[in-house]
Amino acid sequence: MHNLTITQMIRELRQKRFSSVELTQHFLTRIQKLDATYNSFISVTEEQALAQARAADRQLAAGEAHPLCGIPLAHKDIFCTAGVRTSCGSKMLDNFVPPYDAAIVENYSRAGVVTLGKTNMDEFAMGSSNETSYYGPVKNPWAHNCVPGGSSGGSAASVAARLAPAATASDTGGSIRQPASLCGITGIKPTYGRISRWGMIAFASSLDQAGLMTRTAEDAALLMNTLASFDPRDSTCVNEPIPDYTASLNQSLAGLKIGIPKEYFGEGLSAGTASAVEDAIKTYEKLGASVHAITLPHSNLAVPAYYVIAPAECSANLSRFDGVRYGYRCENPQNLEDLYKRSRSEGFGDEVKRRILVGCYALSAGYYDAYYAKAQKARRLIQQDFVEAFKQVDLIMGPTSPSPAFEFGAKSKDPVAMYLEDIYTIATNLAGLPGMSIPCGTVGSKPVGLQIIGNYFAEARMLNAAHQFQQHTQFHELAPAGIN
Amino acid sequence: MEWEPVIGLEVHVQLATRSKMFSGSSTAFGAEPNTQASAIDLAMPGTLPSANAEAFRMATMFGLAVNAEINRRSVFERKNYFYPDLPKGYQTTQLAQPIVGAGYLDLTLADGSNKRVRIHHAHIEEDAGKSLHEDFHGMSGIDLNRAGTPLIEVVTEPDMGSAEEAVGFARQLHSLVTALGICDGDMSQGSMRFDVNISVRPKGQAKLGTRTETKNLNSFKFMEEAIALEIDRQIQVLESGGRIAQETRLYNGDTKKARTMRSKEDSNDYRYFPCPDLLPVVLDEAYIEDVRRQMPELPEAKRTRYVAELGLSEYDAGTLSGDAATAAYFEEVARLSGQAKLAANWVMGDLAAQLNRQELSISQSPVSAAHLAGLIKRLDDGTISSKMAKTVFEAMWSGEGDTDTVISAKGLRMVSDTGSLEKIVDDIIARNPQQAANYRSAAEDKRPKMLGFFVGQAMKASQGQADPQQLNKILLEKLR
Repeated sequence: MHNLTITQMIRELRQKRFSSVELTQHFLTRIQKLDATYNSFISVTEEQALAQARAADRQLAAGEAHPLCGIPLAHKDIFCTAGVRTSCGSKMLDNFVPPYDAAIVENYSRAGVVTLGKTNMDEFAMGSSNETSYYGPVKNPWAHNCVPGGSSGGSAASVAARLAPAATASDTGGSIRQPASLCGITGIKPTYGRISRWGMIAFASSLDQAGLMTRTAEDAALLMNTLASFDPRDSTCVNEPIPDYTASLNQSLAGLKIGIPKEYFGEGLSAGTASAVEDAIKTYEKLGASVHAITLPHSNLAVPAYYVIAPAECSANLSRFDGVRYGYRCENPQNLEDLYKRSRSEGFGDEVKRRILVGCYALSAGYYDAYYAKAQKARRLIQQDFVEAFKQVDLIMGPTSPSPAFEFGAKSKDPVAMYLEDIYTIATNLAGLPGMSIPCGTVGSKPVGLQIIGNYFAEARMLNAAHQFQQHTQFHELAPAGIN
Repeated sequence: MEWEPVIGLEVHVQLATRSKMFSGSSTAFGAEPNTQASAIDLAMPGTLPSANAEAFRMATMFGLAVNAEINRRSVFERKNYFYPDLPKGYQTTQLAQPIVGAGYLDLTLADGSNKRVRIHHAHIEEDAGKSLHEDFHGMSGIDLNRAGTPLIEVVTEPDMGSAEEAVGFARQLHSLVTALGICDGDMSQGSMRFDVNISVRPKGQAKLGTRTETKNLNSFKFMEEAIALEIDRQIQVLESGGRIAQETRLYNGDTKKARTMRSKEDSNDYRYFPCPDLLPVVLDEAYIEDVRRQMPELPEAKRTRYVAELGLSEYDAGTLSGDAATAAYFEEVARLSGQAKLAANWVMGDLAAQLNRQELSISQSPVSAAHLAGLIKRLDDGTISSKMAKTVFEAMWSGEGDTDTVISAKGLRMVSDTGSLEKIVDDIIARNPQQAANYRSAAEDKRPKMLGFFVGQAMKASQGQADPQQLNKILLEKLR
């Protein structure tokens, strides 16, 4: 059952091959059996999931169910779930049970989707290896001594290990695409503003975007139809018409113009990853696409600009975690200052503290112009690069991350090495563009991801290109050993 | 040495929107603590602000009323600091691009002179909650009902030179925002709060002295006292060879004393930056014109109209137009009675005195505008005398019904019929022959005073209902 795609599950549910309760129970049992190894879930909501599945079965029997009704899904623990602990991977929120659902959780619940639980993640989505989680690291199902990537490491590992048919995730600088790449699955980060941020715990508000981890592009398209909605509660949500993302999956790629930025194939890219990506591009040529060398001249500014803007925004976004109204509070505070200092010192992990400090520094009097204002200028230049590029091409392709999954501890002592993990993904967040990662090969036993970047609101075109690739390749069907 | 004070104000004006600046919670005052605080106001994780359009309309109205440029693009920024009544750990405000740019307000001072105070800018921001330090056994309570209430902060140039000028500005601003209907003006509930920046310098010196800021003054009286006190303190410090420390001060209206709250060294670096959760707000010409069309008549225009069209004196027109509620009440009385001058006298006289005595605002007056107009009509048509009118007014104040009800219940009707008055007068002269003889033989200039005796007797005999003018006429005839 767990090897079926969501598209297949929908058919089987309607043909009564199994019920939603059976399907849900199957995944719950797998989580119970296997997740002690992977640690991809922070919370498993067994009782609620079975209740939702029973309700879904009734709706399916009545014959008026939403296509996704009865399909189990895992939510990244950054999305608020009413009545279910939402930790954001932090000790700070270990005891936090929100009284409301995130917008995307509402959307899926309304469709009758079953929530299996909440997936592990880097603390407050800050990290590229899932090693900063208060709940411990997640193992990469393809290599247990390696990281799954981050910050959505739990979502990626759970989908790769078939503990969930799909999972929601979020991407601020690559947090969907990089773990999707390292875990050999399909990940999509839609255009900034396409998906409501209501109820998604903020890391860097101008960069954060909810998205999906699936095994196939077809499943991603299907789930996108419900993920996307206009929400007036999020002022940055854009009221653009929402297409049926499954409608254009089968369009021919003949005439599609693919841009290959030379900056994404320079120093730092591992040979194995480079050759898998180049092979994938050749496949696209065979499918009728034309390939064009392009340049994104300000690419080198992306990582430095990001590591000013994201910490600056997070330094303010995380101020609300002060031990006063909810979340972690230190024992026996002596006075107000002590309450603040100890609650935050004890409640946050090192990486979160590092970024808050960097952000405070970048915004402080006398440094604002040198750092924050300059980073915003770089951001505009990077965005302009893409605007120019999309005048010439329809999609941009390259590697998602410089190399396949690395071992635990390999980069956790060196923040800069860790930050360079996102060197190819960060620019799209700064520009607000949509991006995907799909499996395109392996190096040894480890998967490699191909990154696809689209123009604003061109998710359908990206999904079409990804689906066509998957119709002609088998990389997305590979499964890690030991999951059955 | 002669010293010259220099004063600038920062005024927090609570906007009279029904819901908060960034959430749908009610802004009503006085609810149980934390009953008007939503997940957004509590800064629960994952919640997001959405801006209140009505606050922009009100701020635009204010900008137009103070002759200011309305910025076509305004940007919210985060002002970062930690305090328990600031749930997000930052206040959402405007800094580099506020909605209202430079403008001015022309004051008419008590001595009739005019003074222009320039407004540097006004910006929209959210209020904080309240910390309650009593009744929690050594702990503090937090009430977030006020957190997120929309404010405009009006920042003036340091254009005022005395407590009188500063209070004059404050009063005029109060009158303006209440007339616009953008603030309820209730200072006791904190709807307007004043921060006063004060420095002094030797008269004639161009360079400004070091200033202090006295925060959170919430009455005109306290403001006047605090300014006078601080000017004196600064002069004393300087004259005894000391230096003024740049600091924030608090004035206690009960003890009439001020103290240092924090010095400049303790001041925060607020690390302002544009709020990424809120997009820049762009107002176009059509929007601004629309707001302009919907603006109510401003106090200044009212004053001019009262003089030109209703024939009021400058002083009466100024007083009545100064407060929106008073102006509305007066206009209603004038309209219903058709007697603007009498309406002005009553509103500023007996009504104002009673309201003052019982500490009521005009909107709480037990005598409605319609009732007062009824009184003026009866006064005007001679049914009652001015003296009776006061009796009627007091009866209406105690809830005994409208003018006609009171008149008939108390049998208050002027006796002006000549026959009955003549009878009364004849009777009195007959009973007091000596006084009558004295009067008749007295010199012309002594007579008016002596007439008083007969008027008093006649009034007594008519139980106060004699028409005084008529009575006078008859007495003069009969005593000739």
